[in-house]
Amino acid sequence: MPLLESLGSDLIEALIGLLMIPIGLLPDSLSAPFEYRFMQRALLTSVLVGAICGLLSSFVVLKRWSLLGDAISHAVLPGVAIAYLLGWPFFIGAFITGALTSLGIGAIERHTRIKSDAAMGLMFTAAFALGIVIISKIASSTHLMHILFGNVLGVQTSALMLTLLAGVIAILAIWLAYRPLLLYTFDPQQAQALGFNIGLIHYGLILLLTLTIVASLETVGIILVVAMLITPGATAHLLTDRFKPMLAIAVLVGIISAVAGLLLSFHLDVASGGAIVLVATALFCLALIAAPKHGLLVRVWRRNRLQE
Amino acid sequence: MTDTPAIEARRLCAAYHRQPVLTDITLALPAGQWTAIVGPNGAGKSSLLKVVTGSLQPLSGELRILGGSANQQRRAGKIAYMAQQEQMEWDFPVSVRETVMTGRYGLMRQDPWWQRLMPDHWANPAHRRAVEEALEAVDMRDHAAGPIGELSGGQKKRVMLARALAQQADILLLDEPLAGVDPPSERLILDMLERERRAGRTIIMVTHDLPSARRHADQVALINQTLVGMGPPAEMLSDAMLAQLAVGVAPRSTAGGVRAAA
Repeated sequence: MPLLESLGSDLIEALIGLLMIPIGLLPDSLSAPFEYRFMQRALLTSVLVGAICGLLSSFVVLKRWSLLGDAISHAVLPGVAIAYLLGWPFFIGAFITGALTSLGIGAIERHTRIKSDAAMGLMFTAAFALGIVIISKIASSTHLMHILFGNVLGVQTSALMLTLLAGVIAILAIWLAYRPLLLYTFDPQQAQALGFNIGLIHYGLILLLTLTIVASLETVGIILVVAMLITPGATAHLLTDRFKPMLAIAVLVGIISAVAGLLLSFHLDVASGGAIVLVATALFCLALIAAPKHGLLVRVWRRNRLQE
Repeated sequence: MTDTPAIEARRLCAAYHRQPVLTDITLALPAGQWTAIVGPNGAGKSSLLKVVTGSLQPLSGELRILGGSANQQRRAGKIAYMAQQEQMEWDFPVSVRETVMTGRYGLMRQDPWWQRLMPDHWANPAHRRAVEEALEAVDMRDHAAGPIGELSGGQKKRVMLARALAQQADILLLDEPLAGVDPPSERLILDMLERERRAGRTIIMVTHDLPSARRHADQVALINQTLVGMGPPAEMLSDAMLAQLAVGVAPRSTAGGVRAAA
């Protein structure tokens, strides 16, 4: 374990060094904050979180899993609280309650007459309430605030390491299982006819989603992480008609939002999670208006031309 | 009579949201022939195909494909499936060529691992060749690089057919391949299916188009929740049989008007 930890911190140092190269090219007013150690850590965390969220958001948007993403992110809270109580790593607890909730949603949907949106709303608010109750008993309210809304400026090396690990796992999983994931998202019936194990892919994707949510906890927080799981993908969907470019654009939107939000948060002294999500929303609005093929401007222009 | 049937169902029952859609179906669809499945709306025709593709789990009964277990044969790529057009996500950001390539995804399992990690244009040349041939066969080469969302109805059908052809499977399952198709596309689709049958493939087609069923099918299976009859088209598509089909044999045919939710 100590070997792994030192390897991890070496890797983090190397990645920070790499990130500082483009930062060095920026004007002083932008690059000055990054002389602080905590800002360097925050920068690397933001880039990683932006990238993983962006990657996953393409699947979330195309699979219509926005509400499910919201549900899992809320359901993670009791897991975090229980893991904190037992001294376990956050991820273990978060994954268990996240997965239990998504199983519960599926069970309610299949075996009762309750529809899926009600099943999700019911399960995730219940899990969230449980988390709030546990945390109110064991931790200070600032701690709760940080879990709920994130605080990228205060990211510790251990959390950064987890984010890095989550990022590596997510990228590897999507690369290795690219075709099954694409086919399951695009056309699950076809995946079934070709004998793919739908259940495995489904829960694998949910596992990745949970992993991403846990990795983003400290940066954007539980409440706002779902924005990072929707907005980059939705923005990319407006800008391209191909899947791989969509993944790339979503990752880019995620990274730009995270880094710009971090800077805003530093300069204006506002909550980092909120700043990051607002930048992402601004990028979405820009795409909505000016996208080359699906943007509002082009649509209006096209309609006018048709009328002439 | 040593030929194993392509699809063999024994006492098959299935339900959608607790609404029975198939009751006690026993049938054997011969390999290498063209079978048309005919029945009123909501009679369970599409559900029968979905049981074969595995997206609808039967409640009871047995299903064998080419004499083997259903899932084994699906994994071996024996089943190519063309769903109804409305069930596809035409907004999805993929090109026509990528869509057709998904027909090869099952067969890619047999490629060496490093080849499976490559993007499509570096994939095993056999896959790329099958895709180009299928695109050529349905006359969609010109649109191959474009997004699927911009195609007309007939073109969408042809792309779906191309995907099924690219799989080079033994059994083609087609859910209303002729619905909402312009006459030239219909001609092209039927020609392609004739070619596939001559190549020894099994064609199983759910259809409302009785004239083309009469002209092309080797036999017709009449289905209204259960099997009403099976035999040559001239016999099965007679007025008397069609009248019996509309009534249904199953006593619960009140559900006949209920369309299974997609």
